Amino acid sequence: MLLPTPRGPLSERLVTALAHPPRSHVHLCRTAEHDATDDALTLWILHELHYRGFDDVDERWEWAPALSSMRQRLEQELESRLRADFETHLDQHGLTEVVHDEQAGSDGLVDLLHDLIESDDSPSLAQHLLREGTPERASEFLRQRSVYHLKEADPTAWVVPRLAGPAKAALMEIQFDEYGAGHRDRVHQDLFARGLAATGLSADYGHYLDEARLPILEQNNALSLFGLHRRLRGAALGHLAVFEATSSLPSRTLARALRRLDLPEELAAYYDEHVEADAVHEQLALRDVCETLVREESHLRADVVFGAWACLELEARTARDLLQRWDAA
Amino acid sequence: MSAGVSPAIVAAGDAEPRLHECPGGPVLVRGAARVQGDDGSWHDTHRPVSAVCRCGASALRPWCDGTHKVLTQRGINPVD
Repeated sequence: MLLPTPRGPLSERLVTALAHPPRSHVHLCRTAEHDATDDALTLWILHELHYRGFDDVDERWEWAPALSSMRQRLEQELESRLRADFETHLDQHGLTEVVHDEQAGSDGLVDLLHDLIESDDSPSLAQHLLREGTPERASEFLRQRSVYHLKEADPTAWVVPRLAGPAKAALMEIQFDEYGAGHRDRVHQDLFARGLAATGLSADYGHYLDEARLPILEQNNALSLFGLHRRLRGAALGHLAVFEATSSLPSRTLARALRRLDLPEELAAYYDEHVEADAVHEQLALRDVCETLVREESHLRADVVFGAWACLELEARTARDLLQRWDAA
Repeated sequence: MSAGVSPAIVAAGDAEPRLHECPGGPVLVRGAARVQGDDGSWHDTHRPVSAVCRCGASALRPWCDGTHKVLTQRGINPVD
């Protein structure tokens, strides 16, 4: 992909700098009234240097020291905001003590995660598309989702070398399936690309980034943040568990919604695959990955729940944002 | 299949397939090539781990599709 279009002064400065060979200093300061979308896009670009990069950027920028302090600052701000909202949520639901009880280890962890999922009453984009979906809304939904689905499972791959033993083996069972379980035509991100192409949308990686909305950028940034920091491995895996555990039923709804709109079978097939695959991944991620991890590293208990909550919260923000936009239309 | 009854399985290799029952959910099967459904038909699997329905309500039987969670929400024990 090529560098995206800047959305404010900070991303403008970064994009301008990245168009040249790496330098020892880049002027990446912000004005007092910085913009959330500009910040989120800047962080997304900084993270993307570690994934597939940009065709118009020198690959040596990936580890350039000149970029690390701004990346660190944007990551810290995102994490602090999420952690503050998480603690408020725990407080409001009387969960602070039980979640932060390190002595409890993995006891009751799976139930905590199930309760979190069941108490989530945020609106569902899948249900909306089934009941009131139009081809235009489905298209926008797919374009927004493409930012993640075309790199599906990649942010979690960063976590693998940070684990050992049974949790690592279980995570690899999930990842192997995500990458096609040895079948070159079954890689999930490629199944989505095939669905996009059949629908007449671009299947090029990052193609729709210029229209990615703030909650989509933050959803992706949080995943990269959790994946890229060993310290946050608990959050990355908590996020994974809830992502998988909230996928089968909505995927079935989405497959129905897309067929109702006469969208190509290749697209519905992507969601069919996730009904079946994620019913497996959910069980593995909750018990064999998260529970095992916290049994071995009890201090990660609260972080697993933090990642799980972040997954639900960031999806809720995405859903509310798109529904508000569509309702106003 | 119903709770407590093991599915008929054809192993993918020489080793015996390994089964693990998830509380309130499916049975996870590792090392299977084919699994038999309620109606006697055989279904191929290419996954390293497959989830076989135990609640009988999945639309994808013999595979789990997560419907047991809807039963749980309605106060029904899905694998009773």
